[in-house]
Amino acid sequence: MSWPSKIGEALLALVVAFGVIAALFYLGSIAPRRLRNRLVGVIFIGPALLFITIGLVIPAVRTFILSFKGADDPSHTWVGWANYSWVIHDPDIHIVLRNTVLWIAIAPLVATGAGLGLAVLIDKMKRESIPKSLIFAPMAVSFVGASIIWGVVYQHDQTGLLTALAHDVGWNNPPFWLLWKPWNNLLLMVILIWIETGFAMVLLSAAIKGIPKDVIEAAELDGASGWQQFTDVTVPMIRPTLVVVLTTIMIATLKLFDIIAATTGGNYNTSVLSFEMYNQTFVIRNYGRGAALAIILFIAVTPVLLYNVRVLRRERTIR
Amino acid sequence: MSTPVAGVAVVPPEERIPVTPKEPRKKLTSRWASLVVVVVTILWTIPTFGLAITSIRPKKDVTNSGWWEFFFHPHLTLNNYHDVIAGTGTSNASIAPYFINSIAITIPATLIPLALGSMAAYALAWVKFRGSTVLFFFIFALQIVPLQLALVPLLQLFSHGVHIGGQSILPLAFTWTTHSGAVTQLHKLTLIPYHGLGGSFYPVWIAHTMFGLPLVIFLLHNFMSQLPGDLIEAAQVDGASQFTIFRKIILPLSTPALASVLIFQFLWVWNDLLVALVFTDGTPDHSPITARLVQLTGSLGSSQELLTAGAFIAIVVPLIVFFSLQRFFVRGLLAGSVKS
Repeated sequence: MSWPSKIGEALLALVVAFGVIAALFYLGSIAPRRLRNRLVGVIFIGPALLFITIGLVIPAVRTFILSFKGADDPSHTWVGWANYSWVIHDPDIHIVLRNTVLWIAIAPLVATGAGLGLAVLIDKMKRESIPKSLIFAPMAVSFVGASIIWGVVYQHDQTGLLTALAHDVGWNNPPFWLLWKPWNNLLLMVILIWIETGFAMVLLSAAIKGIPKDVIEAAELDGASGWQQFTDVTVPMIRPTLVVVLTTIMIATLKLFDIIAATTGGNYNTSVLSFEMYNQTFVIRNYGRGAALAIILFIAVTPVLLYNVRVLRRERTIR
Repeated sequence: MSTPVAGVAVVPPEERIPVTPKEPRKKLTSRWASLVVVVVTILWTIPTFGLAITSIRPKKDVTNSGWWEFFFHPHLTLNNYHDVIAGTGTSNASIAPYFINSIAITIPATLIPLALGSMAAYALAWVKFRGSTVLFFFIFALQIVPLQLALVPLLQLFSHGVHIGGQSILPLAFTWTTHSGAVTQLHKLTLIPYHGLGGSFYPVWIAHTMFGLPLVIFLLHNFMSQLPGDLIEAAQVDGASQFTIFRKIILPLSTPALASVLIFQFLWVWNDLLVALVFTDGTPDHSPITARLVQLTGSLGSSQELLTAGAFIAIVVPLIVFFSLQRFFVRGLLAGSVKS
């Protein structure tokens, strides 16, 4: 297909979508008044709700059902808890689970910590906008792009930056970095930390700037040292934002797929839950096991989900 | 979702800090702080810089020495870009069609969820109907749900249609037989034909719309619910319909929020890999550039100069958008989490 026809197709889809919306609006505005009040809700929220229901809600329920079925697509055999007991008993999946736990335990904490440190330091700087945007920029790059960027760093021969640095410190036979179990997991985490630190820094920096002036002045009058100000004033004052940043990066870490796909392909003991779900489903083609992994992934994000809903509810009742 | 801003949470209001202080606080500038920040900034930029330099070095140089040697032996070439775009040299296929696919995927997959999401956000914020609070909480919760949970059933829907208990709903057809003498004839009446959506952009457009909506609705709702209620009530008193209010008041007032959500959704669609791998066919006809790059990491793993050139073409678009519209992007992030 030529490029004008592709772009044309995309524009056509847009025209159709906006045409449908315009038609709905027109129908709503010419409807008799009593009917109109009922129609308004349906017209405004119906299309989005339809997409969400068909695209997320129903498929989620179906995935739950699939997780109790066999490998084929579509499978007609019920296997009970077999897919889940495979997760519990298979040693390869144990490595996947171990890696997932390591990722969640390390990457969000390091990224948030580095972001916090940078936010505090940047607050003491004169011209902060340039370093801020440069550290934040990796966030605009795709995980795939970031993986290729770091692939250049992790090249195993003398052309790789990491290898060259290893030689400089007298480590003459460094391993093939991405094949180096289990440390390759850490090297992959560096890619995510590189991306998320800027995100943490920007949010935390905004929170730090929001700390009321008098609080800082009071601490200064009391003779608090820089470190004391940080631990006793800054951190407690921005705690809510810290929680948001940490949980947001945690969720992103749990859903992480691209970095693994673009670097090791899950080989050399580097697979994680969200990648393994794809691998089991679309590469090995065991739909039941893939579904079981998706359900476990969902269970893993549930605590954050419930916490967020609770916070939002508190906010709503106060408003 | 694999976007870095996958799930944006909210800060409890009683713990919330105003983002912009009324009086700017006098800064305690420190040389040490500046020095550390500058060093970290350089460290953070080096990997991308290395990619850019690698992509403009001749193949011979790239295979023999690290990119930093470029500063001692500056041989500059644009051949790598020519090769990946034209599909010559070691790169046996051009990256150009994938780039076009990325554009063709991104335009509808960004604008359609934005349109539908702004409508839903408005209704949830300003149209009173039963269950609107529950619905809002439900949509809010969905933005965290990993899309892995939906992939397989959605793919089956796109390729095979809808079946409930062995009965096909989409395509919808009825069959019956008639007997005339010894001849039995089978008749088929197709009410709704359906041949699947494989081999087109539709699955990936629709999937991105479905998966993007919860976050779009949540962020826009945050903004729209804080618009002045008197304005909307006054318009209603004047007899304006909800449709007019939405088009003439809500949308213009929400421009900053729409801009930041537009950037979010654009970045997420352009940078996405998972949805692309599952809902496109992996061919130059429909796959985006991210999917192609992952293929190339396998086949061009040893041709770093081509891989880096391809990667640079892919990341330069979001970087331009990011640097030129950073203000909106940051504002959107803050609206979702810190809130003023």
